[in-house]
Amino acid sequence: MKVSSVPFKGTKEQEAKLLEVIAKYKGQKGALMPIMQEAQEIYGYLPYQVQKIISDETGIPIEKIYGVATFYAQFSMSPKGKYVVAVCLGTACYVKGSGAILEEVEKCLGIEDGGCTPDGKFSIEVCRCVGACGLAPVMIVGGDVYGKLTPDRVAGILAKYE
Amino acid sequence: MADIKVTVDNITVTVPEGSTLLDAAHKAGIDVPTLCYLRDINEIGACRMCVCEVEGARALVAACVYPCTDGMVAHTNTEKIKDYRRKTLQLILSDHDQDCLGCVRSTNCELQALCKRYGVEKTDYYEGSKNEFVIDASSPSIVRDNNKCILCRRCVAACEKYQSVGVIGANDRGFATHISSAFELPLAETSCVNCGQCIVACPVGALHEKDSTAAVKAAIADPTKHVVVQAAPSVRVGLGECFGMPIGTEVEGKLAAGMRRLGFDAVFDTNFSADLTIVEEANELIGRVTNGGVLPMITSCSPGWIKFIEHYYPELLPNVSSCKSPQQMFGAVVKTYYAEKKGIDPKDIVSVSIMPCTAKKFECGRYDQSAAGVPDVDYALTTRELGRMISEAGIDFVNLPDEGYDDPLGESTGAAVIFGATGGVMEAALRTAVEWITGQELGKDLLEFKDVRGVEGVKEASYKVGDLEVSVAVASGLANARKVLEMVKSGEKNYTFIEIMACPGGCVNGGGQPIVPSKIKNFIDVREVRAKGLYDLDNARPLRRSHENPSIKKIYDEYFGSYGSEKAHHTLHTSYVARKVNADHE
Repeated sequence: MKVSSVPFKGTKEQEAKLLEVIAKYKGQKGALMPIMQEAQEIYGYLPYQVQKIISDETGIPIEKIYGVATFYAQFSMSPKGKYVVAVCLGTACYVKGSGAILEEVEKCLGIEDGGCTPDGKFSIEVCRCVGACGLAPVMIVGGDVYGKLTPDRVAGILAKYE
Repeated sequence: MADIKVTVDNITVTVPEGSTLLDAAHKAGIDVPTLCYLRDINEIGACRMCVCEVEGARALVAACVYPCTDGMVAHTNTEKIKDYRRKTLQLILSDHDQDCLGCVRSTNCELQALCKRYGVEKTDYYEGSKNEFVIDASSPSIVRDNNKCILCRRCVAACEKYQSVGVIGANDRGFATHISSAFELPLAETSCVNCGQCIVACPVGALHEKDSTAAVKAAIADPTKHVVVQAAPSVRVGLGECFGMPIGTEVEGKLAAGMRRLGFDAVFDTNFSADLTIVEEANELIGRVTNGGVLPMITSCSPGWIKFIEHYYPELLPNVSSCKSPQQMFGAVVKTYYAEKKGIDPKDIVSVSIMPCTAKKFECGRYDQSAAGVPDVDYALTTRELGRMISEAGIDFVNLPDEGYDDPLGESTGAAVIFGATGGVMEAALRTAVEWITGQELGKDLLEFKDVRGVEGVKEASYKVGDLEVSVAVASGLANARKVLEMVKSGEKNYTFIEIMACPGGCVNGGGQPIVPSKIKNFIDVREVRAKGLYDLDNARPLRRSHENPSIKKIYDEYFGSYGSEKAHHTLHTSYVARKVNADHE
């Protein structure tokens, strides 16, 4: 599991919300998953500091929380960047070479799929078909769709985002 | 519960309802192989080694968790089953570092034994990826080598269920699954208490103690060093197992002889400082009771327990006795009183302990454990490490003559030797405290406080001592300790004195003791067998009260003055720190 090196920027408000969530589930069996899901909604991801709050408040060992977080793909230990770079690895995009697009994005940003750049600007996540197969291979940056991509265009596209 | 009849490999046995097929097979005299199964704590049927055929069942069943029904017919040893088990072993080997020659568990490895049994002897059954893990040697006590881990989760279960600590678990998923701590933190940076129950739960070489034998051997070989050794009570009912002797064999005399032959300059007994602990602790208890001090007082002998309370119940630290543990008291006496007596600079003394414990390795590096300005104890070895040193030296341990321990720190009473069993410290303390409070000697029948004996996780008793009502509790295993502490915190119970040992059953079952294969410990209670050896020794000792130990009387006359004196406090007492469960990280 790659753990983010992006500094934690949680706010007092987020912490208050999380404590509310934990209080709501207090004493309930099987509460860990919903607490983690709601915590991820609040913070966008589940860094050490967030899992520590859950552990300290519930008495559940932090290792148990981390074990769940690393087992299920729905949980992320890395924050989302200001711009999310989504590379489609659906069948159509993949046969049209989106694997090479992903590699190029990873190379340009110096992070792997699921990671976030230390400045918090970009994060990468792969997706499976965005319904634009006619444009394959497709990448979405901060909501903007780029189609019929080739690896040599990637650096130029990313450079447009400040 | 009603009895039911089950036929296993054509042998019909009667077992209580609720028994598993594994139990029934055991009763029929058949050893069904297991790897992940540990009775009571890890009954997950995951490794598939114990698969058997049950007539009428859809598929092979996991015997360790398969409930018997009346009239059930099962087969444990068909060719189909053996092929299946062989395949399972081959698959485990395909992602296992087969460093058997260099492995600390070689010849005492459950995987190796099963491979041998089923003729799985090649190293290359499957090609493909292998995981590569960095060895975690961050802890002073425990080394984890996940390249040898077979993901049985026995260590995880021990940490969580026996100890309620839960700092290790399965992380990631599928082929990447591995056992580690949250956020891959090194073990030393977690709230691990170093008890080593994970090590004695491990079927293979994925966990072992941090080995200090090389440093000890170097000290022995150094003519400028005076190397002193002490051995804890439980070592004498464990060490024999390293040499094939039956579990719990009492080897007190051979232990002394063996250590002497290894070249230690003085062979002493932690029992001496166990007696010392009792007089200091009984004195502290009486002080707290008569002066309105913080009660209940809780024992402080078990360093795994101490780190646990520092992390999980720091608000109760004032309840913990300030007495150092016997290991540390011993070391402190060696580098002060003994050094003075012998005219040796404490810096030239190397103080070694043999312990049934891995947390002792952490303890000797603790703050406020250096009475002479140098560490009281330099190296704490486990029973297993001593066993390896004796084997390496070619000493025929089984046939060693019985020898005694050296003066002046070798003399001890029966009260000291029972320290190794849960309830032993309590009983020893009561023998002294009751006599001191009442001023009357306890008769032989009253000397034994049997209510606090036995392997139960929590024991309670109440005694009328003079005008005092003394209410005591004894807990072993930190999950049990937690129960007692919660009752103390809530005010549900008002105890006077509590004994807590980190390991279930006490030190006899410590994380540094010889490792008993699961196929044995799933069916006999090792704690009970080893403890019996200690109670037998107590029974045979001419002196059974710590305060009667002539060497103890002498050390107070010559050195400390009185119990709890300023000098005794400086040398024999310590302090604790509050720790967090989850550290703060930026």
